[in-house]
Amino acid sequence: MASNVEFKIPALRPYPEIPALQPDAMQSKGPFVAKPVMQTPLGFPGELVENWQEKAIEKMGELLKKYRSLQVYLDSCVKCGACTDKCHYFIGTQDPKNMPVARQDLLRQVYRRYMTLSGKVVPKWVGAKDLTREVLDDWYNYYHQCSQCRRCSVFCPYGIDTAEISMAAREIMDCIGLGQKYCNEIIGKVYKIGNNLGLPEPALADTLNGLEEDVKLDTGVDVKFPLDQEGVEVLLVTPSADFFAEPHIDGLIGYAKVFHQAGISWTLSSYASEAGNFGMFIGSYDNMRRISQRIRKAALDLKVKRIVFGECGHAWRVAYSFLNTLAGPFDFLDPKYPVPQHICEFTYDLIQRKALRLDKTANDQRRVTFHDSCNVARASRMGTIPGGQFIIPRAVIKASCNHYYDMPADTIHDQTFCCGGGGGLLTDDLIELRIKGALPRMEALKYVIDHHGVTHMAAICAICKSQFTKVLPYYGFEMDKIVSVHQLVSNAIVL
Amino acid sequence: MAIEVNGKTVELDEEGYLVNLSDWSKEAAQMLADQDNLKLTDSHWEVITFLRDYYDEYQIAPAVRVLTKAISKKLGPDKGSSKYLYELFPYGPAKQACRFAGLPKPTGCV
Repeated sequence: MASNVEFKIPALRPYPEIPALQPDAMQSKGPFVAKPVMQTPLGFPGELVENWQEKAIEKMGELLKKYRSLQVYLDSCVKCGACTDKCHYFIGTQDPKNMPVARQDLLRQVYRRYMTLSGKVVPKWVGAKDLTREVLDDWYNYYHQCSQCRRCSVFCPYGIDTAEISMAAREIMDCIGLGQKYCNEIIGKVYKIGNNLGLPEPALADTLNGLEEDVKLDTGVDVKFPLDQEGVEVLLVTPSADFFAEPHIDGLIGYAKVFHQAGISWTLSSYASEAGNFGMFIGSYDNMRRISQRIRKAALDLKVKRIVFGECGHAWRVAYSFLNTLAGPFDFLDPKYPVPQHICEFTYDLIQRKALRLDKTANDQRRVTFHDSCNVARASRMGTIPGGQFIIPRAVIKASCNHYYDMPADTIHDQTFCCGGGGGLLTDDLIELRIKGALPRMEALKYVIDHHGVTHMAAICAICKSQFTKVLPYYGFEMDKIVSVHQLVSNAIVL
Repeated sequence: MAIEVNGKTVELDEEGYLVNLSDWSKEAAQMLADQDNLKLTDSHWEVITFLRDYYDEYQIAPAVRVLTKAISKKLGPDKGSSKYLYELFPYGPAKQACRFAGLPKPTGCV
């Protein structure tokens, strides 16, 4: 599995240190470019427009007016260097252009050239640069080497958010006809079929029927996986990977068992069969809104009282932080419950009320750690207490397992490292970047394996789960070390 | 990209998947496997056939779990595991087997 790659897998270092620079180590053409058929359904030009330079600068001006934050971020960097060694892609690739400040500067140099007085008059003095094809190629390459995880912004004294700059850059590129195949093809599938995977309703129904059979066989209990049921209490919106991939699907089984034991009626929707929202990755408010509206429509059509989100990192950011303005108001839902609610929050609440019977010994063969997913950790919260997004998933795991160990403090909570595949980079054409970017997480995992005999790492994000399944073997770990949090709940629950 | 199958040019996308699903043939499948230095055995063909039948009915590849269950029913529980599928298709049953079976690549967070 770990064969057939033409680059060196980074060695796990006993003590993380700032790596030596390797200029242009990741210089390339970037990921596959979206074809016209993938661009136009999203409202973007099919291919690079003739007057792309003019259009790009115009779009940049528009974004600066729309998002004051963007202008603050572009203006306020003092080159202090605090961010330089905080990006997992820089640590893993050693390419100086993967230092967050350098990534920001790719856009900043053009901003200065066309939008500031000093940049117009004395460009060389202020690091301002013309928007040439070479600069555009650098944008395309290096803004697709940012997973928008926001770790660097935690360390920036000015709070500059590189993710937002990278989103703006991708939005500008989409608007001149230079989109990324992976993200844009997927968004098109949501519009056409209802989810990122392109899973049509009959296939979804068949998969869910199969799961009912499996759980019945396994436990003897009729646990339902309802689809498109009107008038139930909860609409569960979950990433479509939960219907398809492993260990995701084991998490889905966990959600169903929790609903079953709690006696709360629920349904999935074939129309809103996707929690993920790649509109955020490409910085496109319009597309993000269009995707979100599907959830609103499903909730209205199915006449539910609550919306619960399954284990998906960036979906939770969009849901927690933006859903109300994107698709609200949600005044038709039951005001007794948060809108929306995270499945971990939902399960945690039931555990607190002693409404779930969990036998922790069912997971005794496992020693578990938890990978904080970046969008949950740094861009949202969970429950009613500060830090709930760290406390609640761990509390759910600890209620299901006897053996839990955290990874080192500078690799968890708000300092968590990205899995290496977030932000629209979970594609095979970026496999080198994905493997190298996973280095800091793999080192932290190695630490708890060596010191605490950890056997499994749990996560609450579909991207993290798929990314680890793929990259773990390159570092000498088994691919099934990664598990879903609700997979642990599923094992422990006594039906 | 393209390959020559029985004198006919078969177009592939940049990731090596068939552009036109109707171009698929057993020979094309073996040629795609050759690109990954893989010789297709009866065990591979059992999976490929199942994938193609499932796709015919549902216009999507089956979930890994659906696939392992079907294989387990047919060939016994020892083969009904994703480990067995990864042994056959080291790049992943979902992606590599789909490519040989002439199906589109599964997209999304998978």
